[in-house]
Amino acid sequence: MTTHGDLVARGSRAASTSSGESLGDRVFRGLTLSAGLFMVTIMGAIAVFLVWRAVPALNNNSGSFFTTTSWLPDQTPPIFGIAALLFGTLMTAGLALLLAVPVGVAVALYVSHYATPRIGKSLGFVVDLLAAVPSIIFGLWGLAVLMPNTGGLFKWLNDYLGFIPILQNTTGIYTKSMLLAGVVLAIMILPTVSSVSREVLVQTPRMDVEAALAVGATKWETMRMVVLPFGRPGIISAAILGLGRALGETIAVAIILSALFEINWRITEPGGNTFAANIALKWNEAGTNGIPALVASGLVLFLITLAVNMVARLIVQRRRTKEGTR
Amino acid sequence: MSVDIAPLVMSPPPSVLQGRRQPRWALGASVVIAVVIALASSVFTGIDGVAGTAVVAAIAFVVIYIGWSLRLEGRRHATDRFATTLITTALVCALVPLVSVLWTVLERGLAVLNLAFLTNSMRNVSARSTGGGLFHALIGTIEQVALASLVAVPIGVLTAIYLVEYGRGRAATAISFFVDVMVGVPSIVAGLFIFTGLVLTLGLPRSGLAASFALAILMLPVVSRTTEEMLRVVPNDLREASYALGIPKWRTITKVVLPSALAGIITGAMLAVARVTGETAPLLLTTFLTQSVNTNPVEGPQASIPTFVWDQITSGTAASLARAWGGALVLILFVTVLYATARLVSWWFTGRRGMGVH
Repeated sequence: MTTHGDLVARGSRAASTSSGESLGDRVFRGLTLSAGLFMVTIMGAIAVFLVWRAVPALNNNSGSFFTTTSWLPDQTPPIFGIAALLFGTLMTAGLALLLAVPVGVAVALYVSHYATPRIGKSLGFVVDLLAAVPSIIFGLWGLAVLMPNTGGLFKWLNDYLGFIPILQNTTGIYTKSMLLAGVVLAIMILPTVSSVSREVLVQTPRMDVEAALAVGATKWETMRMVVLPFGRPGIISAAILGLGRALGETIAVAIILSALFEINWRITEPGGNTFAANIALKWNEAGTNGIPALVASGLVLFLITLAVNMVARLIVQRRRTKEGTR
Repeated sequence: MSVDIAPLVMSPPPSVLQGRRQPRWALGASVVIAVVIALASSVFTGIDGVAGTAVVAAIAFVVIYIGWSLRLEGRRHATDRFATTLITTALVCALVPLVSVLWTVLERGLAVLNLAFLTNSMRNVSARSTGGGLFHALIGTIEQVALASLVAVPIGVLTAIYLVEYGRGRAATAISFFVDVMVGVPSIVAGLFIFTGLVLTLGLPRSGLAASFALAILMLPVVSRTTEEMLRVVPNDLREASYALGIPKWRTITKVVLPSALAGIITGAMLAVARVTGETAPLLLTTFLTQSVNTNPVEGPQASIPTFVWDQITSGTAASLARAWGGALVLILFVTVLYATARLVSWWFTGRRGMGVH
């Protein structure tokens, strides 16, 4: 404990500095500020180092970095491009989003407005548990449990909905597809989507909900006309945050996809590849030009997720400031 | 007068304000009928298996239940019931994978998990033969996660202190924004950064230490965010009481604010640890795999549980896949223990101190 003498001594010292801030205060403040600035520096350093280490590969690439679909950076001359990776990443993440957003929002609605508060809280906790399951376990599960059990469904999609080009399957093999990866990713981003939307949906003003019910709206009409419009910015940022997570997911995708370098729109066929999975799979066999090439693809992934997350945060922040001024 | 009212109370006249409603047992009855139809139809259509029957039953349920509501109550109420059905179905869809994942990991993991699995390494065990274990990986994971926490927790907590206690103006806004954005940095990018920055540029060998730096980058924003939340719920009265005694700000923070929020900070740190324990991608880039025990995180290849599981999956034999499930179970247990401890810590402190942590 601080003694009285200490306090007097410190008080006089504090008074003696012109700023009114004692030495201890200045040191501590500086310490915390530098920790904060360290975080900012790291973000900057990530960009700097990735660019610096990617440049050599980009300079001697004889293909086009953005439109080439093959990945042969250690060949002479090196030919590699991210077209297939970009396509696969966007496709799997897009599929994941398509599946996870409706389910996630429905879960958030159930937890916030349909279940009793007690049940809602524990259900929310249980869904959040999904976030605690490591990515590699989802990969293993996807391979061993989901893949054998979805083959029939995907075949059904081809048999009955095959007139839709992307659901067509010309190989007769229904494993290791982008759709399967999309389903696994959807499960993985579900807790993100549902918990972020739930946080917003529970804040719906009670008065608004009760007013809607009082004029005879059914529960669903209340959701559609009061709760969902109120929560729209939150749901949008939840979706974007989920997208960010799906774009950067590595190991689960690396286990499930059969890493082919091609742009294949037929999502139930084996194939597909993503930035993150490609880096993990190619890392140990990459040579002197292979590593910088992978770093370059990582840089693109970093910039995409950075942009996606910034957009999500700006939406959340704008909502916060709007509330602040209200 | 009361004589007039009594009959009204006894038997209210049919209200014109409320339309006809479906009886409460309609839901249960529709479920039963739908399941019976699904089971019966499987004899004729050949659709069998749990999934197929469930789909047929679901369709039958919607037709019966919503159709009934449509006839009896009208479109609005039918829509309402349809929406409730969809929302409940979505909830079930969200819970099924969780149950399935946990069940599979338990079932297949318990088949190989025993004391020998925990105390043996994979040294001199070929991919095809059974036996071996993940002792080497357990050591690696504990060391790497501990080192990562050693780096990430102090910096994360200090950042949170700056944001809550000092943070005004442009620096605070920038830091807060970047902490938020940093949460979204993909784990593989953290691995790439440590590799390009520390391994290629500064010459740090690919090792357990490099891996823990990568994990630290992923932990930092999580620790900082949760600590920030915990510091914000510390009542201002405490700070003001301390200032009133003439105690300088930094002593107030270290002696009053931090102890009050300690439980929450510990909980947050543990949740961050739990989150990075299962990270595989950054470890693949920053360490070399090994089958032997290496207690030295500074040099040499070092295994970890996630990379052990990855290694066993890529080996692809029946024995190695069995070991992968064992590794998955150990990983889940590891994470569960951390979560449970975090809950226990927060519950223990809240009970004793009466501070709102969660």
